[in-house]
Amino acid sequence: MERVLGDKKTILMLLGPALLVYTAVMLIPVFVSLGYAFFDGNAITGFTWTGTDNFRRLFHDPDARSALWFTLKYAIILTTLQVGLGYGLALLYVFVLKRGSALVRTLIFFPVVLPTVAVALLFQKFFEIAPQEGPVNSFLNLLGGSSVDFFGNGTHAFWVIILMDLWRSAGFYGVLLYAGLVDIPEEMLESARLEGASTYRLVRHMIIPLSMPVLLSAVIFSINGTLKVFDSVVALTNGGPGNATTPLTVYMFQTSFSYGQYGYGASIALMLTMICLLFTIFIFRSARRDVTES
Amino acid sequence: MRNLRTLPAKIIVVVLLVIVVYPLVWLLLGSFKTQDEFLNDPAWSLPHHWQFSNYTDAWTTGQLSTYLRNSVIAVFPALAFIVLFGTAAGFALEVMVWRGRNAVLLVFLIGIMVPGQMILLPLFTTYFQIGLTGSLWPLIITYTAIGLPLTVFMMASYFRAVPREIFEAAVLDGASMIRAFFTVGFPLVRNAVFTVALVQFFFLWNDLLIALTFTNSSDLRTIQVGLLNFTGQFGQTQYGPLFAAICINVFGALALYLVLNQKIMKGLAGGAVKG
Repeated sequence: MERVLGDKKTILMLLGPALLVYTAVMLIPVFVSLGYAFFDGNAITGFTWTGTDNFRRLFHDPDARSALWFTLKYAIILTTLQVGLGYGLALLYVFVLKRGSALVRTLIFFPVVLPTVAVALLFQKFFEIAPQEGPVNSFLNLLGGSSVDFFGNGTHAFWVIILMDLWRSAGFYGVLLYAGLVDIPEEMLESARLEGASTYRLVRHMIIPLSMPVLLSAVIFSINGTLKVFDSVVALTNGGPGNATTPLTVYMFQTSFSYGQYGYGASIALMLTMICLLFTIFIFRSARRDVTES
Repeated sequence: MRNLRTLPAKIIVVVLLVIVVYPLVWLLLGSFKTQDEFLNDPAWSLPHHWQFSNYTDAWTTGQLSTYLRNSVIAVFPALAFIVLFGTAAGFALEVMVWRGRNAVLLVFLIGIMVPGQMILLPLFTTYFQIGLTGSLWPLIITYTAIGLPLTVFMMASYFRAVPREIFEAAVLDGASMIRAFFTVGFPLVRNAVFTVALVQFFFLWNDLLIALTFTNSSDLRTIQVGLLNFTGQFGQTQYGPLFAAICINVFGALALYLVLNQKIMKGLAGGAVKG
């Protein structure tokens, strides 16, 4: 039996296609891209060796700095909000709505499956000021306030992006965390409640520690997704006004394909990859420390 | 006590549902309004006479039919490759016994983290050099590769739950391991395959980055890239057709989701607990 289960030819036939495609289209390009960072040029003009020029430029480029700042700000704020809101929804499903939560869960999950571009265009019109006033501005007028040009101001635009992504993703994190919460045995919480634990203490000292593993995967999942934000920003603000809402991903795309600077684009992509890697390792590390301490 | 707690809960639920549903209702109503109603009536007004021609305009003048066809041609072959290759690889990594399989699984895992931007430039250069630019092949190939890491990882964890004895029995009955995979392994994880395919479908269907990079002419645009360029096509924004186009996109996805809802929820919950 060991011979059959360990048969080299069979393994090669089953694993071969996936490994081949993955290696050719993902692994090798990662290393080639790493190499590009030391060159200047593009697919059409060819490449010339420039050594570490790209990295030096990256270090002094104010646009790169503002893109990095936007990416970090967006990732940290959105991760906090969407995991937090998702956790709130999960608590609502499990402890308040209980058995009756299926319909609410389904409805709040709706936006998750919608195409980002479509949702972004919808939000663009929803928050629009001219030529047509969107519902948000109409509502502000109704309350006696004046209309706000949401996409003419970097801070406002930033919060509209955050709001839209929350609308899109909260249902997903709700369901993900719900799956972790329903596994907590009801009797355990019941006995704690009988011994007089308040709802706050119950959540703080029992529910949160017990759902730590799934909370951790939600945070890692979220930070990895938000650091790579692209679709929402491109479709909603296209980085504007100016470059106020340009994350690293969009900056890399513009540098590479609008200006044809593959080398510099590759060095921005490399920086982005390193940031994703660092964040993942950092969260894993700090989570492990938490577990060993308690 | 009970009643006191349910009233605030009810208010919270109603507010949440309004926030989720209202933008969609507004979108649907908007898709029937005329340009004049858009510019002159308040945003929340209902359409006066329902203009269904917005939909035909979006479909033909707006070239939505072309974009939809391109998306189907790019996504479904990639999906088939992902499912077949990914499940076979998951089987090889979890059911078969050999040295180094954990290392290979780890190599696949790295792919989940790498941002798309890190592979775009070399791929663009390669596709350009071998003359694939100008067709939908770059999308099919890239989609297949991007979908593989998560699929391999998930299929491997599903196969972990299947006792190896089942395959040993099949082999004792005279089947080869390849045959055991197709006749026993694949049907056994059918539900998992379905879930993974569904997750990958929504992921690829909604992709913008890859599609934006490799579709250099307007006949090749997928539905997302087409939608992004919709405004430009009419010069001045034609709200009716634009809303109709967004509607087709949004409610198409929603209909598909409703039909397959039970399976997604089950699959998500199952996957989350295992991961």
